Amino acid sequence: MASVAVEADAGRQQGFDPLATGGGRRHAQAKFVVYLLLILFALYFLVPLVVVVFNAFRELDDINRVGVLGLPTTTSLEAWSTAWGSMCIGGTCEGISIYFWNSIKMAVPATIISTILGALNGYVLSLWRFKGSDLLFGIITLGVFMPAQMALLPWAITLGSLGLTNTTSGLVLLHVVQGVAFTTLFCRNYYVNIPVDLMKAARIDGAGFWRIFHRIVLPLSPPILIVTVIWQFTGIWNEFLFAVVFSSGSQQPVTAALIALSTGDTGVRYYNVESAAVLMAAAPPLLVYLFGGKYFMRGLTQGAVK
Amino acid sequence: MTMTETKDLQVPPMSMEAAPRSGVVANWMPQIVLTPTLISTFVYVFLFCGWTIWISLSKSTLLPNYEWLGFDHYVSLWSSRRWIVAFTNLFLFGALYVFFSMLIGLILAILIDQRVKGENVFRTIFLYPLAVSFVVTGVVWRWILNPQSGLENLMQDLGWVSFTFGWIVDRDLAIYTIVMAGVWHAAGFAMALFLAGLRAVDQDLVKAAQIDGAGVGRIYRRIVLPSIRPIFVAVMVILLQFAIKTFDLVLALTTGGPGISTTVPAIYVYDLMFQRGQMGEGAAAAIMILLALACVLIPYGLYQSWRARQEVARG
Repeated sequence: MASVAVEADAGRQQGFDPLATGGGRRHAQAKFVVYLLLILFALYFLVPLVVVVFNAFRELDDINRVGVLGLPTTTSLEAWSTAWGSMCIGGTCEGISIYFWNSIKMAVPATIISTILGALNGYVLSLWRFKGSDLLFGIITLGVFMPAQMALLPWAITLGSLGLTNTTSGLVLLHVVQGVAFTTLFCRNYYVNIPVDLMKAARIDGAGFWRIFHRIVLPLSPPILIVTVIWQFTGIWNEFLFAVVFSSGSQQPVTAALIALSTGDTGVRYYNVESAAVLMAAAPPLLVYLFGGKYFMRGLTQGAVK
Repeated sequence: MTMTETKDLQVPPMSMEAAPRSGVVANWMPQIVLTPTLISTFVYVFLFCGWTIWISLSKSTLLPNYEWLGFDHYVSLWSSRRWIVAFTNLFLFGALYVFFSMLIGLILAILIDQRVKGENVFRTIFLYPLAVSFVVTGVVWRWILNPQSGLENLMQDLGWVSFTFGWIVDRDLAIYTIVMAGVWHAAGFAMALFLAGLRAVDQDLVKAAQIDGAGVGRIYRRIVLPSIRPIFVAVMVILLQFAIKTFDLVLALTTGGPGISTTVPAIYVYDLMFQRGQMGEGAAAAIMILLALACVLIPYGLYQSWRARQEVARG
């Protein structure tokens, strides 16, 4: 894990230009090839995104005639409003919005709770270490590696006996328990770099556990808390296995609803409406990625063990 | 892994005696704060694991039945054709997915490393798939790869009437469409990690080689790539983990079909447990997934601690 924890945005300035080894003309040719390849790859990566965006702005009979690969033909937002408010998914015709809100109601509390727990655990495990605390840290991080399949049946039975089957609270509980391993790992590895002298000084001044957390650790925390929040939110939002196993009908998060929608009936396919729905389901994590790219990257390199 | 990592952290622990005089609660505050997580971890990691193992050895089918049965579920799992297909697919998919994600990731990282303009734009484009869920990835790629609605249709409309691309509906080739979508999702991730590694390579070494007249290819082959070997291993391990856990991508892209041709272990586990009411056999299959992960992670853990020891030995 340690070797993966490299800062991607560090060391942007490179000391040499590998292509500068040849002569001038060779150099220009090489540059041209590099850009050509990069642009070709970029197009390949963009195709799926472009396809859904275009389809959400196409007439249905146009899609049915020439397929999903085509240029936009309309500027109407009709497909979008249908997708949001009135499309039918598994017999309910209230659009993707109810599932979208389910995901919000699941991902936001689960993210907040697991982040708070992770920050506190990380604080204890780095700055208030006691005999055996390193072992406990190791045990907590085991949760990172455990495949969800091992927990499916026990969760099903446990949620059933708690009366939480098919509820958002059940999914929140599940994601908190699973997520706390990650958040603890992130925060602990960050807090461990806080200078010991700072802690010592505070303790000599008589500051206790909470006061040090509040006055010293929290003000230093925004970078790691942003990383943790982004990681948890995108992970929980995009999660599918728990969503499909532990919820059904109108309680489903948006990923499960999307599967129900796209693999459901074999009748007429409303590709334009489905495209708009797909974009809506993908939007929150994508926006987080676009606006928090740097932090997203850091979370990735640190938490990539998932 | 985490154990080895803690060794290089030389933060002396705060002794409890140094705390200011206050109540018992205040003295035990760190342990109290940790307790909820310890309980949930114990339940989640140990109790749940043990529980699933127990179910796999019990007579559970549609409902839990904790009477001892033995290894019958394992025997019937390994004699089921669908499980063999699923496991074979995992090897085929895993190998290709890891190989091509790493290959494309490395090519992209090296390209970006050539002091290109607009590096941020390229990086953002290559990496955005990772923010997209497997469900969305699968759904969109299914549309594109479907012969009736996607690429084949487009090419034929454009006048290339004999063009066919029906991998996704072909039993023998459908698994490769999952590789295609999977690589699209993961290559940027590999790129990001490789790029971080390339940026950390000792520049003096590279300059010296350059002065000696070594060409680009030679510099990469002999100096740059060998020095990021640990990152290769890390990326490979992470991607193998992804491959073993692959579930939603396949479900969204092919639902395991046509027929059972693209079933993977995670899908079979889900099917046994929640569609066919075969709890015991499903639990046995889940344990196989755990073992597969262990086969990847334990050697990696050993490799990491071996490396840590090497570092220490070298001073």
